[in-house]
Amino acid sequence: MSEMYDIIIVGGGPAGLSAAHSAVKNGAKKIIVLERDREAGGILQQCVHNGFGLHHFKEELTGPGYAQRCYDLIKDCPEVEVLVDTMVLEVHDNKEVIAVNPERGLMKLQAKTVILTMGCRERTRGAIRIPGYRPAGVYTAGAAQRMVNMEGYIPGHKIVILGSGDIGLIMARRMSLEGCKVQAVLEICPFSNGLTRNIVQCLNDYDIPLYLSHTITGIKGKDRVEGITVSKVDDKMRPIPGTEFDIECDTVLLSVGLIPENEISRELGIELHPRTNGPVVDQHRETSMTGIFAAGNVVHVHDLVDFVSDEAEIAGKYAALTALGKNAASDRDLAVTPGAGVNTCVPQHLRLSSESEAVRLFMRAAQPKRKVKLSIMSGGQEVMKKILPVVKPSEMISVEIPAEKTAALSDDITVSIEEA
Amino acid sequence: MKGIYSMERQADVVVIGGGITGTAILSELARYNLRCVLVEKEPDIAAGTTKANSAILHAGFDAPTGSFKAKMNVKGNALYHELEKELNLDIKWTGSFVVAFDDDGVETLKELKTRGEANGVPGLEIWDGAKVREKEPNLSKDIKAALWAPTAGICWPFGAAQAFAENAVINGAEVLRDCEVTGITVKDGRVEAVETSEGPIKAKYVVNAAGVYADKISAMAGDNSFTVKPRKGEYVLFDKTAQKSMVSGIVFPVPTKTSKGILVCATTHGNVFIGPNAQELDDKEDLSVTSAGMDEIFAGARKLCPEIPGGAAITEFAGLRAASSTGDFVLGKSKVEGLLQAAGIQSPGLTSAPAIAQYIAEIIVGETGAEKRGDYKKGRPEEPVFRELDDEAKAALIKKDSHYGRIICRCETITEGEIVDAINRPCGARTVDGVKRRTRAGMGRCQGGFCGPRVIEILSRELGISVPEVRKDGVKSYMYYEKEGAAE
Repeated sequence: MSEMYDIIIVGGGPAGLSAAHSAVKNGAKKIIVLERDREAGGILQQCVHNGFGLHHFKEELTGPGYAQRCYDLIKDCPEVEVLVDTMVLEVHDNKEVIAVNPERGLMKLQAKTVILTMGCRERTRGAIRIPGYRPAGVYTAGAAQRMVNMEGYIPGHKIVILGSGDIGLIMARRMSLEGCKVQAVLEICPFSNGLTRNIVQCLNDYDIPLYLSHTITGIKGKDRVEGITVSKVDDKMRPIPGTEFDIECDTVLLSVGLIPENEISRELGIELHPRTNGPVVDQHRETSMTGIFAAGNVVHVHDLVDFVSDEAEIAGKYAALTALGKNAASDRDLAVTPGAGVNTCVPQHLRLSSESEAVRLFMRAAQPKRKVKLSIMSGGQEVMKKILPVVKPSEMISVEIPAEKTAALSDDITVSIEEA
Repeated sequence: MKGIYSMERQADVVVIGGGITGTAILSELARYNLRCVLVEKEPDIAAGTTKANSAILHAGFDAPTGSFKAKMNVKGNALYHELEKELNLDIKWTGSFVVAFDDDGVETLKELKTRGEANGVPGLEIWDGAKVREKEPNLSKDIKAALWAPTAGICWPFGAAQAFAENAVINGAEVLRDCEVTGITVKDGRVEAVETSEGPIKAKYVVNAAGVYADKISAMAGDNSFTVKPRKGEYVLFDKTAQKSMVSGIVFPVPTKTSKGILVCATTHGNVFIGPNAQELDDKEDLSVTSAGMDEIFAGARKLCPEIPGGAAITEFAGLRAASSTGDFVLGKSKVEGLLQAAGIQSPGLTSAPAIAQYIAEIIVGETGAEKRGDYKKGRPEEPVFRELDDEAKAALIKKDSHYGRIICRCETITEGEIVDAINRPCGARTVDGVKRRTRAGMGRCQGGFCGPRVIEILSRELGISVPEVRKDGVKSYMYYEKEGAAE
C-alpha cells in the first residue's frame, strides 16, 4: 500500500532543499521533503537581513532570498515533492517515517534512505539559570525575530541582549531599525561569539555598547520586565560581588547558543557526538545507521548557511547513490579526531574506498588565536598544513583534502591548530 | 463601574480566590441548587500558591491531633482517592518517607508515627535504612531509618484546580477571572455584596479563599481576627533524565517547627524537584528566586540524595505559603454573618482542599436548606491527549478535526486541536502560561522557543483579541507590542 521513496528528507530548510536538489542531480527519482512550517525555507524565512549566499551562490542575498534560490532549484523537479505543515513524529531504522499533517492525517511513509535536516534550536533561560522574577519580556532572540519579521510585532521598546551570538547581534540592529533603544549587549565570555562583520555592522554602526565578561544576575519586574542587574564575571565565569549595576529595560533577548535538534535522531538510536550534539557522520554524511544521512545544523551548528548547503549536497548525493545501489563499498574506516586547539571536527570519520575522492573537513577552533598553523596528521605524517592569519571559535574553518591525498590515507587522522 | 458585569449581579455564594481551595469549594457547592460565582484577580485560576508548591498529597501525620490541619488532611487524602477517577486527576500514589540520620531523628519518627495513628493515618511503618534504599537506591547511605506512609502521593495541583473549576462550570457555576475584589459591603452585621473591579455582586454568603490575601479580604468585611504572612519557598526542577539518579517518590527530612524541610520529590510528569526553603516575608508578591536560596536547597537536598545532577536542572521557581497567625487553618464562620473563612491554607492545603470544601458546603447547606441539583453532572469534559493515542486513534482524531494534525509544540507533541480545546473548554486558558499548564505546550526542552509565537497566534484567534492583548500570565504581562506607526 505505501509507496516506496528513494529518499525522505526530514526538514525543508536550506539543508533539506539543497539535499533534495543534489539527490535529483545524482539520479534519485522519488524524493519527499517534510517541513513543519507553513512554507519551506526554515529559519531563513525570518532572517530578512542580507549577507547570505556569498560563497554558495556567489552573490549577496537575504535569508528569504537564499531560501527562494534553494526552492527554485527543485520546484519544477517532478522527482521532488515538498509537503509543508507536516511534523515528523518518528523515524524508524527500517526507513519508515511517521508524520502528521492536517489534510493527510497520520502518514506512514517508506523510503530506501532518510536524510535528517531538522536544524537547531535556541538555548533558553532555564539552561543558564538567571535569578530573579519570571515576567513577560524575556524571549529567545530567534522567537523575537520571528515575531518582528514575520508576524509584525515588536517585543518591547528598551532592549538588552544577553549573548553576542549572531542572532543576538542581528537582532540588536533589527530592533534599532524598528525604533527601539538597544541598551546593551552582554557577553559572559571575554570574546564575542558572533562574526566580526556582525559586531561592526550591527553594534558599532548603531553605537550599541558590548560588555564582554558580563552577565545578568537579576531580572526585575513582576508582570513585565522593568530592568536587570548586571555583574562582571571572573575567568571562571562566576559573577564578581561588588561589580553589580542596573540597566533599565522592558525586554531581554537571549542569544546564548544553539543546539542541534536531535530528538528524532536520539529516539532512532543513532550515535550522537557529545561535543557537536549532532549525529556522528562519515564524509558522505551517513550516520551510524546505514542509509540514514544527516546534514546542516542538525549535525553541527554552522555560522554560514552556504556551508550548510555544501554539506547537504554531499548528503543528498550519497543518499541518492545508496538508494540506487551505486555507492562504492568502503575498505577502510579512519577516525578524524580534534587535536590541540580544535574543539570540533566534522566528519568524525572517513569510510574510504578504492574510488578516491576529495574530502572537506569543517572545524571550530577552541580559542581565538592569531597566526596559526592548522595541520592534518595521519600515522605520524603531516598530510596537509595551512597557515591562517586568525581563528575564532565563532567562525567555522573548512579545509579540503584533495583526492590524491585521501587515496593514500591508511591511518586515523588528527587535526590540530597551533601558533605558527 | 465598568465591564460587562455593570448590571448588578446576584449570587447565593461568592467564592473569593481561584486556587485549589476556592475551586474545590465551588465544585462542592455546585452539587446544590445554589447560584455560585468565583472571583479571581489574576487572568487564570490557580495563579498563586496552587501553581508553585510541592504537589504532595500528604498522609497526615505532621499536624497536631485535633487541629483542622490534621482532620482536613486525613479526610482530604481519602477524598482524592475517590475523586481521582471521577475527575480524571493526574495522581501517583507513591507513598512517602521521612528519613532520619541519628537516634534523635529516629525518636522523632516514632513520635510522628504515634501522632499519625492518632490522626487516623493508615499503614504507617518504620523501616530501617537498608529497606528504604531498596525502594529508593540513590538515597544517602547515612540514613538510619524512615517513616513510611503508603497513602501519600504526588499530583498536578494546577490540573486538580482546573478539574474542580470545570466540574463547577458545567454545573452552572460561574468563574470570573481578572476580577479583583475591592471591598465587601456589610449591613447589620451580615455580608450583602462583594465589590469588584468588574462591578458589585450581591451575595448571601461570601467564602474567603484568598490565599496570602485572605487577611485583607477578611478585614474588608470587618473581621481582623487573624493575619496571613507569606512564607516563601524556592524550588529547583530537574529534567526527566534526572529521575534515575534521584528518587521516584517523596523523601522528607525530619521536620522542623516551621517547615517539613527541604525534600527530594518526583513529579507526576516524571521530573524531580528539590526544595523548598522557608523565608518569612512581608511582600505578598515576592516570587523572586535567589542565588542564596538555590545554594540552600542544593545543600539540603544533598543530605538526602548525595548525587544531585546539577546540569539537569531546567528551571527554578518560588511559591508563597499562606501562613496564618493562628498556626492552623482558619475555617468556618466569621463573626460577620454570611462570611465563611477558608484562610491560612498552607501545607497540607492541597491535600485538604476537598475536605475543606465539604466543611464549608455543609455550613451553607445546613443554613439555607439548599437541595441537591437534579441535573448534577459528574466529572468533566474529556480531553483527547494526542501523544497518548495509538496510530489508529490518532488518524481517527485528525479525520474528525484536522487541528489535531498540526503539531504546535514539537518537544511535548501537542497539537493545535489540544490547544484550541484548552482555550474553549469550561474555564479555559486565557494566557500563554494558561495554555502551557493545561496542555504542556512550551514546557519541554525549548521552553516555548518554537511554539510560543504560534500559541500567541492561536490565543489571539480563538479569543478574538489582538496579539498585543495576549498575556503571558499576570494581569499586565503583555508580551508583544504594535510596531511604531503600524496602528490602523
